[in-house]
Amino acid sequence: MSTMHKIGMAELDVCKAPDAITTLGLGSCIGCVIYDPVSKICGMVHVMLPDSTQIRNNEKIAKFADTGVRELLRVVLEAGATKSRLIAKIAGGAQMFAFKTDNEMLKVGQRNAEAVTKALNDLKIPIAVSDVGGNNGRTIEFYPEDGRLLVRCVGKSTYCI
Amino acid sequence: MDNFEFDVLREIGNIGSGHAATALAKMLNQKIDIKVPQAVVCDFNTLCEMVGGEEKIVIGILLTLDGDVDGMMMFLLDIPSAYGLLRQLMFSDLKDGDELNEMHNSALHEIGNIITGAYLASLSDLTKLKINASIPYMSIDMAAAVLSVPAIEFGKLGDKAVMIETEFDAECGRELNGYFLLIPTMDSYNHIMTSLGIC
Repeated sequence: MSTMHKIGMAELDVCKAPDAITTLGLGSCIGCVIYDPVSKICGMVHVMLPDSTQIRNNEKIAKFADTGVRELLRVVLEAGATKSRLIAKIAGGAQMFAFKTDNEMLKVGQRNAEAVTKALNDLKIPIAVSDVGGNNGRTIEFYPEDGRLLVRCVGKSTYCI
Repeated sequence: MDNFEFDVLREIGNIGSGHAATALAKMLNQKIDIKVPQAVVCDFNTLCEMVGGEEKIVIGILLTLDGDVDGMMMFLLDIPSAYGLLRQLMFSDLKDGDELNEMHNSALHEIGNIITGAYLASLSDLTKLKINASIPYMSIDMAAAVLSVPAIEFGKLGDKAVMIETEFDAECGRELNGYFLLIPTMDSYNHIMTSLGIC
């Protein structure tokens, strides 16, 4: 029997095939998956903000791209994955509202995507696919069995990356 | 943020949504009863559950605030309520499930504008702070995705948000469910508290 693990905003979890992991309704947040295709161990984090050092109240590490991705790597390795085989897939970072302004506060989706990409690069984890930006929410499901990341949006058919 | 400060935010929400209901009653030209607004302090993930689950499709109207209070204000409406409102206002032949056209969208923007405007005016009166609101921005999508924008803003402050749920009963007998979220930035939050004589 396989179980679907569900994570919410600012949470992370690991799982092993045949289980799968999901997060619902990503908006400007990023869902980042790292997995080991051989041991079929994966982890997902749902980050909300790019940089923990900019925020005073930062003890919730899964909330931030920098600390969240680092912690995700730690727990995935702890679960038995091998560092050299790890691959990442990321989705989210949409701009939900069509703001016509340069206000930095409102471009958080884009900044999140950049921050997660940078965090993965710093940890030398290659990004296999990235489905970021746009202006619609995404629900994602990851299956470590075959490395599929399913993306579901409102008013579109589900696609697989 | 301590309990007392949360109580203050709750009360602000109560007053604000009372004014908003009055504005709605004027707009629809009919009597509207509001149930006592429920203000709850919850974390991001319970926020989504409150409005009916992460993937429930909602209409979110968002305004950014500046002036003495920086931040965001959001008004959320579920789809049946939005269609009900549109029918009452001017589109009496609109059926549930019909696709919304530009006129409908524009009317929804305006509903959001008026309701949030009333809410913010009462906040401004109460605190004697100047609050400028942007034009309304609208998004129709999964609740969690729409809510992620204010949740991120609130996430800078802490792990909890104040949500005010208001249920309106119009004479047509249809329940209208609306939710307000007020998300001041850290500095503005302190401004509000100081101007109310707290801290």
